[in-house]
Amino acid sequence: MRTRALEWLLGGLLCWHAGAAALTAQDIQPLAGDDYAAKEEAVGRLVADADPRAAVLLQALADGDAAAGEAGRIIVGSRDGSVDAVTGEPVGEREAAAAEPIMLNNRLRGLVERGLAAARLSAPDPVMRRAAADALLANPDARFQPLVERARAREADAEIKSRLDALWAMAALRDPDPEVRLAAVGLVAARRQPELRDLLRPLAEPAAAGGQGEPDPRVRAAARAGIASLDRLQWWGDLAATLFSGLSLGSVLLLAALGLAITYGLIGVINMAHGEFLMLGAYATYVVQQAVQRHAPALFDWYPLLSVPASFAVAALAGLALERLVLRHLYGRPLETLLTTFGVSLLMIQAVRMTFGAQNVQVSNPDWMTGGIALLPNLVLPYNRLIILAFSLAVVALAWAVLNRTRLGLFVRAVTQNRDMAACVGVRTGKVDSYAFAFGAGIAGLGGCALAQIGNVGPDLGQGYIIDSFMAVVLGGVGQLAGTIVGALGLGMASKLIEPFWGAVLAKIAVLVLIVLFIQKRPQGMFALKGRSAEA
Amino acid sequence: MHRREVLKLGSLAGAMSLAGMPTLSWAQDRSPIKVGILHSLSGTMAISETSLKDVALMAIDEINRGGGVMGRKIAPVVVDPASNWPLFAERARQLLTQDKVAAVFGCWTSVSRKSVLPVFEELNGLLFYPVQYEGEEMSRNVFYTGAAPNQQAIPAVEYLLSQEGGGARRIFLLGTDYVYPRTTNRILRAFLIGKGIKETDIEEVYTPFGHSDYQTIVANIKRFAQGGKTAVVSTINGDSNVPFYKELGNQGLKAADVPVVAFSVGEEELRGIDTKPLVGHLAAWNYFMSVRNPTNDKFKKQWADWARSQKLPGADKAVTNDPMEATYVGLHMWKQAVEKARSADVDKVRAAMIGQKFDAPCGFTLTMDGNHHLHKPVMIGEVRADGQFNVVWRTKGPVRAQPWSPFIEGNKGKPDVVAGSGRGSARAA
Repeated sequence: MRTRALEWLLGGLLCWHAGAAALTAQDIQPLAGDDYAAKEEAVGRLVADADPRAAVLLQALADGDAAAGEAGRIIVGSRDGSVDAVTGEPVGEREAAAAEPIMLNNRLRGLVERGLAAARLSAPDPVMRRAAADALLANPDARFQPLVERARAREADAEIKSRLDALWAMAALRDPDPEVRLAAVGLVAARRQPELRDLLRPLAEPAAAGGQGEPDPRVRAAARAGIASLDRLQWWGDLAATLFSGLSLGSVLLLAALGLAITYGLIGVINMAHGEFLMLGAYATYVVQQAVQRHAPALFDWYPLLSVPASFAVAALAGLALERLVLRHLYGRPLETLLTTFGVSLLMIQAVRMTFGAQNVQVSNPDWMTGGIALLPNLVLPYNRLIILAFSLAVVALAWAVLNRTRLGLFVRAVTQNRDMAACVGVRTGKVDSYAFAFGAGIAGLGGCALAQIGNVGPDLGQGYIIDSFMAVVLGGVGQLAGTIVGALGLGMASKLIEPFWGAVLAKIAVLVLIVLFIQKRPQGMFALKGRSAEA
Repeated sequence: MHRREVLKLGSLAGAMSLAGMPTLSWAQDRSPIKVGILHSLSGTMAISETSLKDVALMAIDEINRGGGVMGRKIAPVVVDPASNWPLFAERARQLLTQDKVAAVFGCWTSVSRKSVLPVFEELNGLLFYPVQYEGEEMSRNVFYTGAAPNQQAIPAVEYLLSQEGGGARRIFLLGTDYVYPRTTNRILRAFLIGKGIKETDIEEVYTPFGHSDYQTIVANIKRFAQGGKTAVVSTINGDSNVPFYKELGNQGLKAADVPVVAFSVGEEELRGIDTKPLVGHLAAWNYFMSVRNPTNDKFKKQWADWARSQKLPGADKAVTNDPMEATYVGLHMWKQAVEKARSADVDKVRAAMIGQKFDAPCGFTLTMDGNHHLHKPVMIGEVRADGQFNVVWRTKGPVRAQPWSPFIEGNKGKPDVVAGSGRGSARAA
């Protein structure tokens, strides 16, 4: 693929600058040095050079495969070994291994990429041409305009053609002919890229004496309409992005709070160690990742699938142990439970700190969770957030199914509603408490597994979520799964809707104040339990 | 007996007599000198500060192996203030009054330094502060071995505005909400306006410590960048950097479009992140691990060996960074000053510190100025795919610190050196 791409790249550069001089060692000598101004000149020469070797070197620069060998000789690395960039002769392995990679700065990297994209406009593969046109649209560069116009004249694919039209139009906005300008304004506005507004803005102003305004009223009207439509697009994109980020934050809070909705909401244990179950889940994810990396590196991309059951199991076992050894002696004494679980949480933090070290551990996203879908230039949905949103819904479905569709769930509901009566009909309430608590802890572990993909994993991970979790549960109404879901999503939305206006610091404060006011008005939360059990 | 063996024996005897000499001449006091190490080993700052504790222990071990200070060993007292600012003051008081340490090496955030400062001034202690900071301070009880704003922030922004750095015309100032980012941004704002950047082209946004959801902020940066060539100046501190850079990568904001220059992100912080999407983002420091010179090679090797021998977590990928270098330089300068003063007494060491020189791993000989700050070279590096930095710009030589920034009103006429150390100012001028 690489070789074919290169061939067409060469073709592009050839027909662009037929007859330019061949590449010489002197031309590219500065690339080996540290002087970035000289390097830029050298890259400029490469971009303008018709020699096929120049294109190979450009591609190598973009890929980070170019290096400086002995006496400033430039070496291009490839799968088949290293070759001299000028002569194409193979380079000895010792020299290639000792060569220093050539460093580019942002400016040079941009120039190299635009040069490559311009050359690729004549590639036979439409996917490649489209990518090249997109790259140029994102970073227009006037020096490649002739290449764009030539590509536009011969392009047959409608989608790519429209991109090339826009590229052409961006330059044609300054054309002396009002008809051309009018056409260009329409094409630019049709690109639906809000950042292009700034190009249209000068054309919307009437011409002042000696100013740069637009003399033709038709062009002005078209430009104004174009700006308005791009403004609308921007507004919708921003709104959708804000809603999505609110939903995403809400799903994170939901994952953090759902375990608590069971341990605190249903069983009534004020569990200050809830955050530490999240942390255990996250560390279980880390351990699975390390194990997969060591024993089956080929499967590394799929380690999250393994870490989901592992984090559930680890947290559930820890929860079971906590309930059996400590909490069951404290039922009916909320204050003692609160203090004990707080102490247990400190113990767990310190234990993890001693095992894994105080520093954060690195949980890396697999490839399929990095990047995102760009629906609009200002609306990108990152994959990891989409996956976490879906995962949180799956966990909610699991919790709901266990509570409403299994025997254990039936017992749990019976015990929470009327413990004595349930015991009378033969439910072993102690066992049910243990299992339910372990299940809640396990759900928290699942939350930790997901949190590991977006934030830091360290011994203090849980501390950052415990307050938010209690807020979500209390706001939604204790004892109700549905309440926690609405509470968590509502908190996420509220924070994200406030943040653009007041900033992250004030948004946090404002949300707290809102909750305090809400609880004052409605102490039972959004969803209150009805009937006799509500009084229990 | 062969000649070679005779030579060997002779040199051995010579070495023994040399090694024996100091013990004879300084026999009066052989008790170890205590120094305090005050870095968060837990909490949100542990990501950055833990390695400073370790590098301090490494330097102390190095000095002790070389015979200690005036024949006395250095005994480190390590305490953990747990990223809790009031606890910093408590621990500092404990170090100075109970452990009676001769000097303290510690603090990272400015808020922790501000909270220990009254303790050091009250008890006349000596603090070596190894991190770049906002300036606006010059205590006789502190030696600042990190950068002042004119040694980091201002050159970095100047680079962003330059042709070479991308010619940014709009600047997004993003920071954690506390004294260092707020003061630095105040200085930068005044500097930018002086450079002809309009108020509307500067945006200032803060997040709480430990903030983990950067969706809105990254979206804001994108929107702001539509108005022209934009650069982000990040003073985000601690582990919030990980979610911020992850979000940048996921939202597809590339360094070629909107470069982010960070003042608190170094090699150590990047260890927790997949750096491939971050290639080209910038950091400004006075030292990078990738700097090539013999002193740095030695420093890197010494640190890698130390990390392995101490079984530090992640020792196989041990990295060095700027504050680690500053800690290392500080410890060695303190040792030189104690030897010059022939005492570990705070007042004598303070006087002896001024004008101390040390060949630092950054490749320059650093000098302690009368204003208690080091002369330091400024470097700007771009993130490479391997998590290291590639130096794209540097000053010709060390720059003198201006702790009182001329970009903040009311700083004119403030003393240029710490009272009672006039000698240093003459040397600096």
